[in-house]
Amino acid sequence: MTTTNAETITLLDGDILRRASLDAIAKLNPITLMRNPVIFVTEIIALLVTIVGAQDLTNANGAAFPLTIAAWLWLTVLFATFAEAVAEGRGRARAESLKRARSDVSAKLLADPEHPEKFTEIAATDLKMGDIVLVSAGDLVPSDGEIITGVASVNESAITGESAPVMRESGGDRSAVTGGTMVVSDWLIVRITADAGATFLDRMIALVEGAERRKTPNEIALNILLAGLTLVFLLAVVTLVGFGQYSGAKLSIPVLAALLVCLIPTTIGGLLSAIGIAGMDRLVRFNVVATSGRAVEAAGDVDALLLDKTGTITFGNRMASGFYPTYGVAARDLAEASAIASLGDDTPEGRSILAFARDKFNLSPEMPANAQIIGFTANTRMSGLDFAGLSFRKGAVESVLKTLAAPPDAAVHEIVARISRAGSTPLGVTANGRLLGVIELKDIVKPGIKARFADLRGMGIRTVMVTGDNRVTAAAIAAEAGVDEYIAEATPQNKLDYIRKMQAEGRLVAMCGDGTNDAPALAQADVGVAMQTGTQAAREAGNMVDLDSDPTKLIEIVEIGKQLLITRGALTTFSIANDISKYFAILPAIFLPTYPALGALNIMQLRSPESAILSAVIFNALIIVVLVPLALRGVKFRAIGAAALLRRNLLVYGVGGIIAPFIGIKAIDILLGIFHIFS
Amino acid sequence: MTIDGLLYIALVFTLVLGAAFPLGHYLAAIFEGRVQFLRKAESAFYRFSGIDPAREMRWQNYAATLILLSFIHFLLLYAILRLQFFLPLNPQHIAGMSPRLAFNTAASFTTNTNWQAYVPEAQISNGAQVFGLTVHMFISAAAGIACAAAVMRAFCAGGLTSLGNFYVDLTRVTFYLLIPVSLIAAILLVAAGVPQSFGPFITAHTINAGLQTIAIGPVALQEAIKEFGTNGGGFFNANSAHPFENPNALTNLFENWLDLVIGFALPIAFGIMLRDKPQGRALMAAMAIILATACIGTYAAEQAGNPLHIAAGVSAHDGNYEGKEVRFGIPASATFNVSATGTSTGAVDSFTDSYTPLGGAIPLFLMQIGEVTPGGVGSGFYTIIIFALLAVFVAGLMVGRTPEYLGKKIQSREIKLAMLGVLVLTLFILGGAGFSLVTKSGLASLANAGPHGLSEMLYAWSSATENNGSAMAGLSADTPLLDYGLGAAMLFGRFAFMIPVLAIAGGLAAKPKLASSAGSFPTTGPLFIGLLIGVIIILGGLQFLPADTLGPLAEHYLLAAGKTF
Repeated sequence: MTTTNAETITLLDGDILRRASLDAIAKLNPITLMRNPVIFVTEIIALLVTIVGAQDLTNANGAAFPLTIAAWLWLTVLFATFAEAVAEGRGRARAESLKRARSDVSAKLLADPEHPEKFTEIAATDLKMGDIVLVSAGDLVPSDGEIITGVASVNESAITGESAPVMRESGGDRSAVTGGTMVVSDWLIVRITADAGATFLDRMIALVEGAERRKTPNEIALNILLAGLTLVFLLAVVTLVGFGQYSGAKLSIPVLAALLVCLIPTTIGGLLSAIGIAGMDRLVRFNVVATSGRAVEAAGDVDALLLDKTGTITFGNRMASGFYPTYGVAARDLAEASAIASLGDDTPEGRSILAFARDKFNLSPEMPANAQIIGFTANTRMSGLDFAGLSFRKGAVESVLKTLAAPPDAAVHEIVARISRAGSTPLGVTANGRLLGVIELKDIVKPGIKARFADLRGMGIRTVMVTGDNRVTAAAIAAEAGVDEYIAEATPQNKLDYIRKMQAEGRLVAMCGDGTNDAPALAQADVGVAMQTGTQAAREAGNMVDLDSDPTKLIEIVEIGKQLLITRGALTTFSIANDISKYFAILPAIFLPTYPALGALNIMQLRSPESAILSAVIFNALIIVVLVPLALRGVKFRAIGAAALLRRNLLVYGVGGIIAPFIGIKAIDILLGIFHIFS
Repeated sequence: MTIDGLLYIALVFTLVLGAAFPLGHYLAAIFEGRVQFLRKAESAFYRFSGIDPAREMRWQNYAATLILLSFIHFLLLYAILRLQFFLPLNPQHIAGMSPRLAFNTAASFTTNTNWQAYVPEAQISNGAQVFGLTVHMFISAAAGIACAAAVMRAFCAGGLTSLGNFYVDLTRVTFYLLIPVSLIAAILLVAAGVPQSFGPFITAHTINAGLQTIAIGPVALQEAIKEFGTNGGGFFNANSAHPFENPNALTNLFENWLDLVIGFALPIAFGIMLRDKPQGRALMAAMAIILATACIGTYAAEQAGNPLHIAAGVSAHDGNYEGKEVRFGIPASATFNVSATGTSTGAVDSFTDSYTPLGGAIPLFLMQIGEVTPGGVGSGFYTIIIFALLAVFVAGLMVGRTPEYLGKKIQSREIKLAMLGVLVLTLFILGGAGFSLVTKSGLASLANAGPHGLSEMLYAWSSATENNGSAMAGLSADTPLLDYGLGAAMLFGRFAFMIPVLAIAGGLAAKPKLASSAGSFPTTGPLFIGLLIGVIIILGGLQFLPADTLGPLAEHYLLAAGKTF
């Protein structure tokens, strides 16, 4: 959404496809293929039909048909392994760019952190957990660690793709450094927190490559269903030998093999792991790294999102939103004084006052010559501008009131109270010691966020705003942003309690956090997204890391999780719905010699039994390739509520899955007819 | 088809579904312990039997108790059948059954199948009918309903360790439901002319001075529980076509109603226990839509008649009357038989063997899809729950959440066990029939050749495995292969399915019950009902289609071409 770390990889990149074609053949190894029961069975059947075809060939026994069937069965297997190889290849391409950051690095090992000048230079790969190293300006951080002393700016583009350096310092929430990032200025003394090969970068590469990919719980369950269906259909086809023998039908092995392979769910069996890998890959493209596929699935299930107010719901800095003059002062005069008082104020608030005065009264005062800027101090809590004997100030109302020559009229207190009640901050404005009025500084809710929350509500997801503000402020902003609930005066403990309470009600909770004190809540949440800028403790506790450190992404993460599940469900439904048409293609064809009357079931009017069987097998193989882009891209998620989503997807993939193969098989049969193949 | 015929089907459904709602409330009250009018008798029974009604059972206990009780009853029934010659109430001095026939019959009545490989009038005494068979008709039905109650409880809350107490469920279902309704129904049947007597068979002097033996016995009570408990084992060989079991059109309608009503009431009870009635109504609707379609389909096939009869000059308007009682007619006969195969009752008032191929294929398919329309008492309910789990698992992902049904996550364990159940059923139906059709001993049992013979054998294995009990009458079933093979099919079809179901229930009961939201998969409404029907047919039925093609479908097209078997 914001930055992409690797160069954008097109859906079907030429290099990836070439490499994937080779990998697809390597993946035919039955020992590795056994992880995928449906495709494994298909391979065994393909082998069997090949042997039968070879025998027929040596016996000069019409081998064309069995060998053609065998070829298409092999292609079915190859297409499945190819789909997986393509998905892996895309991950690998991303991993390559990460690996460049892990070039040979040396580390300055310190024997004693008190004496940073005495170091020994060793290879980064020899570092152990607990070692203490010095990282000077221009050095790559040798491994993950926690800063003990020092403040430095660090370029983390190797990990995040963001080239602007970030500040890292000991203590607090910015104390973690990541191996492979570069110290740009100053120096750091770092305690190493990961052994070689187990650093964040290493894990990221492994995850992105899919090397450590383990099946997720839902994938395991789905695999069991597919294996079960395969067994059921195996029974149906094997026992058909008995029924056939009784009926006087001679059923050859290639024909039974074709029937079996068409009935078992090869489409989803072939695409299942590609869907999973592609789902992880989509997250990576969003610059989010999940530590497990399980976390991505959980993201789809989330019922409640805990969102930090600042930066996610509001812009994070308050902006001027109203001028309230005291009795007898024109609003325009107040605006002008406010603008002048803010001329020297470079904070976002100051700039917002200038912008507001310009928008509202078309005022854009110039900085007068010889003006003296009065900066904000914690003591005075005011800032302003002095020039030509004039003095303009703005600041916290209580502080401003203390500087007044005469007490203000009572109406001012009323204005101040009203602004506070609305969750905004009042600023007093004075000119030459006289109170002109009050500026309202408001936490501005991001445009569009309310609609976004409404969408989430439509999906059954509650949004919970977490803020350190007091209840009054929190309630006002919560109402404006349209969140379902808020936690005011939030502390790590009450966040944790809230998550536990939601979970006890049977809801799954997602949150994001960066500080060490967020770690317990991140660990407790079902989906915990840690910010890359956060502490090591937070990154360990969460099950995802957002490399852009953008808390808004929680919403996208949920959508990616849902998209992964929808894609898996859609292709499963499609695959199973396909079976109906294949019966109408193959059953009349194989029983026609025995009971010519069963030709009535050949509703597709396929030209010959051989052509019918072959068309079904070809369709079954090609549909895998046709669906590879969909598996990689994912079925689009729409926030229209579960019932509408189900209706839509059931229509497209369920009913579509019933109808599509009728058309496909008929089309292939016509094509085969044009070329006079088995007609 | 005629309007009258369709109206008759509509009448049956109106009476059944109309009664299912109040009965569902009553059933829920039984399961939740709210019905107590026989409290004294109930607690006396617990004291006498040494049952602690407060003991909560984990699924393992529940299943073990159910199996143990069934096993003891199996042995008891086996002993009664073998030793009936020496037991009282045997006025006809009928000899004990052979070991294999006794095994088959004991398995049949313990599993609520009521497959009858014996001829009742000749091979079983009145005493054995009442104290062996009728008793088991109550117990096997109550066990099925108890198991359904256990499954219902699993969905009602989160973190449950117990599924209830099997003995209490069994006792309460028997005391409050099966005995009272069967007694009332038996009295009504007696009023309609059904005999209830322990006396010897009647010898009548016919007008042409011959002697005729008329078999009678305690028919009415057995008839009542035969239908109400979806058992199906007739007192007479002719089953409900026999005028002493089913004298007239009114008793036929009444028996049809008895047969269906518990099956449709169970999902209603489920909705009430969940405090979410639409959930129960959705399951009921799926059952009813399939059954209604099947009734109309069979009626249409029978009313359309046999093309050969029509060619021979029979009026097409009369339809296929072969094997049907004129006192019932085609619509009532078709509805009765389809209801009895849709409920795993297996009672018949006309002979499926004589139905047109398509008219017979529909009952066959209803059994193969797992007896869920509405299925056997209890078993139909827990089987459709398995299909609901599979439907939600396959399609549920499409709303972007990992699948959950009624707030319970469906994970590998549930899918593993559900597929195990589906596999066992497929194995016995297709494996059994396929094997029998290539062995000499199996072929010898067939009365007909060609696809009709295949249908008979496939029907027998489907009926046994799905615990239905009806047969295409042409088959000679008392052979070593079929007695032992079908006996095993009945036992596995019942218990190798019930144990995984209870295991699923136990696992789901322990899981937290997740709150539902706008993002949850909707399991009510037409969309889910349609999905559930689709999954029942695709996952439950498609694997049987190749075999069915060589049986009834081939016969249908051959018959149209003028070829018979």
